[in-house]
Amino acid sequence: MGKTLWIVSFLLGASLVLAACGGGTAPESTSNGETITVVETVVVEVPAESAVSVPAGFGVTLETVRARGNLICGVNSQVPGFGYVGADGGYSGFDVDYCRALAAAIFGDASKVEFRPVTAAERFTALQSGEIDILSRNTTWSLVRDTELGGNFTATTFYDGQGMMVPTESGITTLQDLAGGTVCVQTGTTTELNLADVMASLGIDYTPAVFEDADSTFAAYAEGRCDAVTTDKSGLISRRTVLTDPSAHVILDVTMSKEPLGPMVRHGDDQWFDIAQWTVFAMIAAEEFGITSANVDSVRSSATNPEVMRLLGLEGEMGLKLGLNNDWGYNIIKLVGNYEEVYNRNLGPDTPTYIPRGYNSLYTEGGLLYAPPVR
Amino acid sequence: MQKSTGQKAAIPFWRDERILNILGQAAFIIGLVIIGSFIFQNMRAGLAKQGITLSYNFLQGISGFDISETLFTYSRTSSYWQAFQVGLLNTLSVSIVGVIASTIFGVILGVARLSTNFLINRLAAFYLELIRNLSLLVFLIFWYLGVFLKLPRVGDAVIWPGSIYLTNRGVGVPWGLPTDSYPTFRLILIIGLVLAIGVFFALRAYSKRTGQAPLTILWASLTFAVVALLGWFVLPEAPLRFDAPVIEGLNMTGGKVLSPEFMALTSGLVLYTSAFIGEVVRSGILSVSKGQVEASRALGFNGFQTLRLIVFPQALRVIIPPLTSQYLNLIKNSSLAIAVGYPDLFYISNAIQNQSGRTVEMFSLVMITYLIFSLVTSLFMNWYNQRIKLVER
Amino acid sequence: MTQTNSLLPPLTERSGVLRWMRKNLFGSWPDAILTIVGALIIYWAVKGFLTWAFTIAEWEVVSANMRLIMVGQYPVKEVGRLWIALGFLVFLAGNSLAIWARKSYFVTILLLGFPALLAFLPIGDESRGWLFSLTALGLVGWGIGRSKPESLGKIVIFGWVISLPIFVLLTRGFTSEDGIMPIVGTNLWGGLLLTFLLTVVGIIFSFPLGVLLALGRRSELPAIRLASVTYIELVRGVPLITILFVSQLILPLFLPPNMTIDRVLRAMVGITLFSAAYLAENVRGGLQAIPRGQFEAAYALGLNGVQTMVFIILPQALRLIIPILVGQFIAVFKDTALVAIVGLLDLVGIAKTVLAQPDFLGLQREVYVFISLIYWVLSYGMSYLSQQLEVKLGVGKQ
Repeated sequence: MGKTLWIVSFLLGASLVLAACGGGTAPESTSNGETITVVETVVVEVPAESAVSVPAGFGVTLETVRARGNLICGVNSQVPGFGYVGADGGYSGFDVDYCRALAAAIFGDASKVEFRPVTAAERFTALQSGEIDILSRNTTWSLVRDTELGGNFTATTFYDGQGMMVPTESGITTLQDLAGGTVCVQTGTTTELNLADVMASLGIDYTPAVFEDADSTFAAYAEGRCDAVTTDKSGLISRRTVLTDPSAHVILDVTMSKEPLGPMVRHGDDQWFDIAQWTVFAMIAAEEFGITSANVDSVRSSATNPEVMRLLGLEGEMGLKLGLNNDWGYNIIKLVGNYEEVYNRNLGPDTPTYIPRGYNSLYTEGGLLYAPPVR
Repeated sequence: MQKSTGQKAAIPFWRDERILNILGQAAFIIGLVIIGSFIFQNMRAGLAKQGITLSYNFLQGISGFDISETLFTYSRTSSYWQAFQVGLLNTLSVSIVGVIASTIFGVILGVARLSTNFLINRLAAFYLELIRNLSLLVFLIFWYLGVFLKLPRVGDAVIWPGSIYLTNRGVGVPWGLPTDSYPTFRLILIIGLVLAIGVFFALRAYSKRTGQAPLTILWASLTFAVVALLGWFVLPEAPLRFDAPVIEGLNMTGGKVLSPEFMALTSGLVLYTSAFIGEVVRSGILSVSKGQVEASRALGFNGFQTLRLIVFPQALRVIIPPLTSQYLNLIKNSSLAIAVGYPDLFYISNAIQNQSGRTVEMFSLVMITYLIFSLVTSLFMNWYNQRIKLVER
Repeated sequence: MTQTNSLLPPLTERSGVLRWMRKNLFGSWPDAILTIVGALIIYWAVKGFLTWAFTIAEWEVVSANMRLIMVGQYPVKEVGRLWIALGFLVFLAGNSLAIWARKSYFVTILLLGFPALLAFLPIGDESRGWLFSLTALGLVGWGIGRSKPESLGKIVIFGWVISLPIFVLLTRGFTSEDGIMPIVGTNLWGGLLLTFLLTVVGIIFSFPLGVLLALGRRSELPAIRLASVTYIELVRGVPLITILFVSQLILPLFLPPNMTIDRVLRAMVGITLFSAAYLAENVRGGLQAIPRGQFEAAYALGLNGVQTMVFIILPQALRLIIPILVGQFIAVFKDTALVAIVGLLDLVGIAKTVLAQPDFLGLQREVYVFISLIYWVLSYGMSYLSQQLEVKLGVGKQ
């Protein structure tokens, strides 16, 4: 017996060594829970030269993304209009299009994105651990997330506010009417915290019914599990359109919080932060200058405005300063579109998930969208 | 030096099994330590780069979120630690209710599976095969979304006799509210319990002395019931006032409202686990040889006595170990509460790690807690197993 | 009870059916009441279910999303690869049935006819063609196996050994985008395909690990015994969902900065590590059942420790616990559903996605009933087949 087990221990040890080496041809078993099974036949992404999972420093993320050949973007797969999977299996939505724009800026090819659906609960860890390069999943900008959760918000792509939806027939018009009622809310969101804050400050006694994902939350609301459902107003609007009878539900005229939504990157790589941020600004600036995917070629050939020329890469080598090619702005606009196009494609009047632009108009039209100068 | 080892002198140390064993183990331990520290260093370094350090101090911080079902006062200003305790107690209550109910239901199923009644036998067999081949997660989701949320809305509640309200807001049942005389009544109950235990041990002693087998548990329970009933009627005011649920405004009030999440999770776990317990009970009873039954009948025991005194004690010895693992499964499976939105230990811990970003700390805490649950349950069941073995001999 | 019987006419005077009913359904008053209650329950349940299934349920949500449910977001133009991989498995199954279960005609017909049976469901012509080809391929395999049962045995075993790598290779692909077999990322694997792969990988890799742990637990070396016991008890003491969360959320933090592991692979690791602990306990049970004399006899024949274990003890122990192992494998299959909670799009995860489509809201019952049906058919099928084969092959008996 003793010898057997000596052999066994040798095998265990050998498997540890092999596992540590990162892969063998044979299935390597692991021992005692502290090793990692690595099966060669399945993808093990070990980037060629540089770090991915920890922001070891400036420029690392871009390098990794380039080496890998695609961008990994954490998205929502459950919010119509922002990020969802159609019956054909493809992703679409406002947040999804941002990822495409970023891929266009980096690769000049908007299809070089791998969409990774992440749950509300796992999104920050996925970003921290380097599983995704960027999080574009209707995530609210807040101080704790900017600091403790190890991320940085790049820019606001969508100005939102938390709202409350109730069935019309309930006769509820204010939050006070909800006293004694039940409110459906999704866990792990700022919404969950705001709800507690607002109701406590108004002294309203209520019961939360908390669910793990948006689908369950709205399914429960649709079944009458709750008197009201709360989330960002955009979410309410897009979700209302897909309820059995949208007209039977009304969104209360209260805004419970500010919800600036935008893409988030890891701490520690400022170049990547800049790229992610300026992709947003490029889309806004393009709308400001009236450049669309349809007219970008003609604008480029006849551009005289220096700022437009800088944006389209005709002057100033702006792309190089970001670590990209100079035609980054052109690619974003050509392959994905300006802010207005992306907005209208996903949330415009012709879509089932129509949301009036409101704050999400250019500052020149009374909105909050304002891109710093490309210079 | 080699010569001094006597008979094994010829064996060089690199072939001496004892030395090799020690060296092998040392290498194994060193390997484990190296890997462990490698992992720990990676984690430390990774977290440090993002400005996060490992610490449990955050548990004192304010949670900021509300919880739908709490067994003690909890609000958004309570700490994470209190939120964790809420989850702990919720898991405990689901587990306790689940273990008791699934045992009862499982025994019924196991006996039904052995029934000579063809229909009952087949029905039980069908149920066992149906449930045992389903995925518990799918079953729970279906049970919650497809059954409990499809109950009528509050306005059109189905009312069962005895003021039981079925709605998709929960199941309302009448509940006793303590009145002024309740403290006295509680005292009486304690006296009754003491008396019952006294009766239990007295009968046990009597049984040992005379060899008779009185129904100890039945008599003890009867004693308790008589004392409780006496107390209830002797007191000037009934100690509990029964409060039936009513529909008022948006929700049910009064009585006790069991949320759909709690109902779906608990009943789903019970339906699922009892199918496995039924199989355990069935094989336990089958393990008692037929000769035992025949011998006991030949000795003049009637059917019930045979079951109680001959079959059951022997079957129990076979049943207890697999039953223990079913109990453990139920407790561990209660973590699937996350799929139906019931705030149990795992669900709340997940919410906490999500709001605070303390993934490593929270998951280590959760795993240790479940380990303790499992350990305590195993210890208790092992103790019980030892005891029934001793009694038999 | 006995009195009631004595009042009845002699048994011979009653017809067979009535007698049977008397005996089995209405033997006594309590029996009769139970029978009636049982019959009412059956009537109510069956009627309720049939009414719902045929009049209320909108099955379009399932038929419209059949592809998503089966393979997730796997690219349409690459689906043929999966059929080929499946065909390989069915061919091997046909071979194996002909070689090792020659007399099991019923099982053979059931197994090989199953794809053709599925073809009668409303699933589209292309899949129907594939399904018929599967059955045909299986029958060809069976025919070949039948003609040369002796010589083919080793080849077929080799075929099974390489079947998983082949399946994974075909699923994943190995060339760049313009090649014949472009790589399909694991983020596109979903539905039944993902559930299947998670299960198979979980089973295959947890098996050797479980055996090693079981041996480790019986070791005379305290360090190894202690490590094995600790591992087994730690893992068995916590729910699978915590292990999956750790593998998805915390494992990446454990790795050096320049290394990430694919998330599907991480789920596989989690399931494997979890299942191994349970398997270890099962194997330990088998090892304990082997009488001491077997060891002594082996030593007496001059076998060393390893040889004894590998050639004498393990084969017997494993043979003893085959039914338990099958039960554990079924449990792994059912447990893979939990990866949906950590965001993977397996059968359950894809069900959630399907339910988010604007056209099919509120149809949870239809989707989950269908998903449950898949789980049920496959796990019942596994246990049924294993029982049949155990009987035929005399496995599980000493």
